[in-house]
Amino acid sequence: MITLSSVTKTFGDAANPVRALDDVTLSVASGEIFGVIGQSGAGKSTLIRTVNLLERPDSGTVTVADRELTALSDRELLQARREIGMVFQQFNLLDSRTVRGNVELALEIVGVERRQRTARTNEILELVGLEHKAQQYPAQLSGGQKQRVGIARALASRPRVLLSDEATSALDPETTESILQLLRSINKELGLTILLITHEMDVVKSICDSAALMSGGRILEQGRLVDLLSQPGSQLARGLFPLGELPEGNSTVIDVTFVGLSSGRPVVSQLARTHQIDVGLVGAAIETIGGAQSGRTRLELPGTADANAAAINDLRAQGLVVEIVRSGR
Amino acid sequence: MIDSTAPGFWSQLFETLLKATGETLYQVGVTMIITLVIGLALGTLLVVTDRGGILERPFGSIVAGRIINAVTQTVVNLGRSIPFIILMIALIPFTRLLLGSAFGVTAAIVPLTVAAIPFYARIVEISLREVNEGLVEAGHSLGATRWQLVSKVIIPEAVPGLIRGFTTTVVSIVNYSAIVGAIGGGGLGDVAIRYGHQRYSVIHIVAVVIVLVAIVQIVQVVGARLANRMSHR
Repeated sequence: MITLSSVTKTFGDAANPVRALDDVTLSVASGEIFGVIGQSGAGKSTLIRTVNLLERPDSGTVTVADRELTALSDRELLQARREIGMVFQQFNLLDSRTVRGNVELALEIVGVERRQRTARTNEILELVGLEHKAQQYPAQLSGGQKQRVGIARALASRPRVLLSDEATSALDPETTESILQLLRSINKELGLTILLITHEMDVVKSICDSAALMSGGRILEQGRLVDLLSQPGSQLARGLFPLGELPEGNSTVIDVTFVGLSSGRPVVSQLARTHQIDVGLVGAAIETIGGAQSGRTRLELPGTADANAAAINDLRAQGLVVEIVRSGR
Repeated sequence: MIDSTAPGFWSQLFETLLKATGETLYQVGVTMIITLVIGLALGTLLVVTDRGGILERPFGSIVAGRIINAVTQTVVNLGRSIPFIILMIALIPFTRLLLGSAFGVTAAIVPLTVAAIPFYARIVEISLREVNEGLVEAGHSLGATRWQLVSKVIIPEAVPGLIRGFTTTVVSIVNYSAIVGAIGGGGLGDVAIRYGHQRYSVIHIVAVVIVLVAIVQIVQVVGARLANRMSHR
């Protein structure tokens, strides 16, 4: 649904160029929620703004819903943007218009006639749960309500794609959760493809199907979360399962990942019994990721990794993803 | 010297003031309307054709944008920097060309608008620049045309500031309208000069001042009320 191909964007002048996007290639499948995560300054904001060409890339192509936006004329681009909704961190609502007026703005721009505007606005306000606030002004709303208006405005003209630029970053944790659930439900109910950027792993964890990790203008890794989890060395997977610091000493430490948690399998005790080793449990986390329960356990084994080769191979043979975090001495 | 004890003095004063007030209100009213329209247009042009503005490249040409912006800037600065008393006299030939006469109540509207338009254009510029950049971005994301951005986003959001600025402008117009009385522009300024200054009638001066203060006061109060009513922050 969204494809960025070798996109680059540089800011600043020739003397101090800042590479905001460095050969970024990204692919978002139809109907999924795709999260781009990275620290501030990683280039994620520039990335999402190139998708609807608020920021025009220096080179590379942007394709949304089979239309290559980078090849369109200004007039065609306006049309194309109407199929791409966007919500913002600071909501960007018009203070001069009521909730209803803000939603209707999107429809006025597209040229929907008055009666249809009213009907559509009622419908969409109901979807975001704000039908009772229609006549209020943004200043009278809480942050979460403002973002609901932002979402309603973005959805009013029935876009096929929704871009979310840190939509929950200005909100408290509870409100964040309710907005994320709203995004999840419109994704399911309307089949809307959502591309979001965030600096919070929790956002990726709670609603994304796929994710990309961004740093210094480059995409370091991307893919479906379930695939990333079983990919040894994945930084995203490590972020999803924070297991803390390594234990002191010179034992071998391994991370065992269970994707689509196979419950009731006595992995640890079996390991100890079969290979006659003392297995220490250093850390464990269970998360629902990409809709499936997954877990990661950090185990400490005495001796070197070579000495534990048989045990590790045994775990791998059971279909578990094993990553050797530290080899003992 | 006018004798304030003469029979009919007060009724004459009242009649003179009434007529002069009517003239001043007419001058100020017409000037207000023309200033609002042209000042708003010029101020908007200043903002949209500036670097990074939404009309940075009219007709796809950045050069055209720079030229339009520079010309508008110059026109506005020129109007702002010439003292009104000089502007008024310098415009006499132009007014004559335009209206056939350079003096009189209607003719005075020409220098008044020429002075007020650049003044208001600057205020419009400041108000529009204060509109949050994010709102323009939201408009872009909704696929708004440039005209839609200006008419549905930028100007409506700036309305409280535009009203407050307009109030200040109207007060200046009232002020200037008293000066045009000096060159035969009629109105309250004319009364102050002909009766108060030339014929030493303090009562006339005081009366004119009272009326002017009342007009300014009303303009301020109405402007402030309207601005607050339109502000939903």
